[in-house]
Amino acid sequence: MIIEAIYGAFGLMAGLDAKLLEIVCLSLQVSLSAVAIATALALPLGAAIAVSKFPGRQTLIVILNSLMGLPPVVVGLVVYLLLSRAGPLGQLGLLFTPSAMVIAQTILILPIIAALARQAVEDAWREYQEQLRSLGAGGWTAALTLVWDIRFSLLTAVLAGLGRACAEVGAVMIVGGNIDGVTRVMTTTIALETSKGDLPLALGLGVILVTLVLLLNAAAYTLKEAAQRRYG
Amino acid sequence: MDLRRRIVLAATLVAAALPLAAQEKFITVASTTSTEQSGLFKHLLPIFEQKTGIKVRVVALGTGQALDMGRRGDADVVFVHDPAAEKKFVDDGLGVNYKQVMYNDFVLIGPKSDPAKIAGGKDILGALKKVEGAKAPFVSRGDKSGTHAAELRYWKSAGIDIATQKGPWYKETGSGMGPALNTASSMGGYILADRGTWLSFKNRGDLAILVEGDQKLFNQYGIMLVNPAKHAHVKKDLGNAFINWVTSPEGQKAIAGYKIGGEQLFFPNYKGG
Amino acid sequence: MGDEPMRAPASILPLRLVDVSFAVNGKVIVDRVSCAVEPGPRTIILGPNGAGKSVLMRLCHGLLAPTSGRVEWASPERPGERRRQAMVFQRPVMLRRSALANIVYALRVAGVPAGERDGQALAALEGVGLAPLADRAARVLSGGEQQRLALARAWALRPEVLFLDEPTANLDPGASAEVERIIQAIHAAGTKIVMTTHNLGQARRLGDEILFLNQGCLAERAAVDRFFNQPASAEAQAFIKGELPWT
Repeated sequence: MIIEAIYGAFGLMAGLDAKLLEIVCLSLQVSLSAVAIATALALPLGAAIAVSKFPGRQTLIVILNSLMGLPPVVVGLVVYLLLSRAGPLGQLGLLFTPSAMVIAQTILILPIIAALARQAVEDAWREYQEQLRSLGAGGWTAALTLVWDIRFSLLTAVLAGLGRACAEVGAVMIVGGNIDGVTRVMTTTIALETSKGDLPLALGLGVILVTLVLLLNAAAYTLKEAAQRRYG
Repeated sequence: MDLRRRIVLAATLVAAALPLAAQEKFITVASTTSTEQSGLFKHLLPIFEQKTGIKVRVVALGTGQALDMGRRGDADVVFVHDPAAEKKFVDDGLGVNYKQVMYNDFVLIGPKSDPAKIAGGKDILGALKKVEGAKAPFVSRGDKSGTHAAELRYWKSAGIDIATQKGPWYKETGSGMGPALNTASSMGGYILADRGTWLSFKNRGDLAILVEGDQKLFNQYGIMLVNPAKHAHVKKDLGNAFINWVTSPEGQKAIAGYKIGGEQLFFPNYKGG
Repeated sequence: MGDEPMRAPASILPLRLVDVSFAVNGKVIVDRVSCAVEPGPRTIILGPNGAGKSVLMRLCHGLLAPTSGRVEWASPERPGERRRQAMVFQRPVMLRRSALANIVYALRVAGVPAGERDGQALAALEGVGLAPLADRAARVLSGGEQQRLALARAWALRPEVLFLDEPTANLDPGASAEVERIIQAIHAAGTKIVMTTHNLGQARRLGDEILFLNQGCLAERAAVDRFFNQPASAEAQAFIKGELPWT
């Protein structure tokens, strides 16, 4: 059945089914937006924790690392309760829109990117610390310099976040409602087709999803290798 | 990239992610997974949208969750199939403009091998007694859906206290109709399903309809507007437009017109002016 | 520039170490060292491995805080102000950018205005003979080239004091000679040199005075000729003769 699914997948892609394109575009839009926002927030956060000393630092690191394992469905439920009309942010009318999905995914992947960034920056800090402090660069300056210097290694952290966002279904299902044409993405479509018993179609979509993520990762890896050769 | 530029970048992305002012008219309808998966909405909604220009966004959940959505004010219209729960919803002042729309029926599905020997029967209660007697595998949705509520009613009417009499043969999946059917298909179990989902279900395996046609298997659908007195933002005009269309001769005809493999799934039965 | 005469900022030298100790987990690495580091002579901190030379240097430069005692500069550095001391480490640490960009970075951190950075950086590269490699990625340069780059970076900052921690320990003789030549040039231009080494020949070539450290204590301090010809302490004598046990 898997081979059938792979052929089915290529058939779908070749046919450039309009509905499929809509779903794929929405999936990419939601997950890439979430990754962009989460990265902009998580990199400075992770870097700051890596280079600072403050009471409770170790506890914070443990909590941050644990949050990497936040169950998507729990995040979805919490965001749903916040955005529901009966909830505190109901006025915004964001529930069942792609924006709600972006918010939920951002919350989900922020700890992943921050925790991995913190580790990478801390490792680099060990190497660079004395030299940077000797030059008079401390605190924020040093953290941002490090982040920029190891930016291609941080790409790995960002990719981990992207992978999680593309793969999850629990959060987007609850806050998006899987509305046809509005909030239906690849993962929720796969869930729907599976529950309708249309397993070949679901598998085919699964193959497309995995291929997409593979391509994104391959592109990032090539970029990283090129940079490594250029900058050492 | 220094800090200031990062903040501007993040803010821009957040702004871009926020919804643009909704130019289109739309309503949010909370309905059930079985209704959506039957394909009815794909058939019905384009007709309505073309006539009125109102887009209908269907969030498909279990009946319990759909009613909860109505209670919270996250939907404009609720369209489910659990008359008892719907009545309570209206009595509690949460729903208005409540109308009966259509019915479909439940069928008892099971493996062709039929260990409980119920095939061809027209008596749902008798069939369930035989299933329990044979302790044959039975899949229940267990998710407070309309289908689940109906199933529990049938056990009770058959004189079986399922809560105490269930055993390892009774599997509660806590899931929608489709996943439950998948489970029944893979384990060769009996399951109560609505005809609509069954007709569009593709993973039948060894399953077939074994008992149907009993009057008791009648499954009534009702529609109502979430009470705007409780939730001021409810789109009352657009919502009522949908409710009134669905119960109008034109809407009722559209419902009857939905067929799978030549078979009609839903039978419109709105009575009233 | 106005007509007022430029007031030179007060010198940060002499540096006074008052009873400075440094211990980690109960192990004493620097043991009550007191001395004054005056402007002028090239100061070499000499001693066997494990004597505490690197730690002492880091205490002076401010990378470590003494567990007891005080490190006092004549004119204390305030945070946010341009640093007037620089350090070159045994292993140079370069950012993933071009050689020129590394120096420009240091100048930026030091507060040099944008328009002047490129010029000063290029001049520093020329001073160490690396101008042709200005656009090469710093981390792909050879060990010797990177160390010269580190010196150029430090020199571009025009520090009053330049600390060097065993700068040639990882280099081949050719590269070492180049580095020594540059250090001499920096000194000739007016910067105070404070360097650690365990290489006797290098100490003789580059030093004016020797601070001999042994097991964390300042065992002897003398002008370079006197130290090598007539070492006063028993430890110094043993070291010069090559008999000092590894600590």
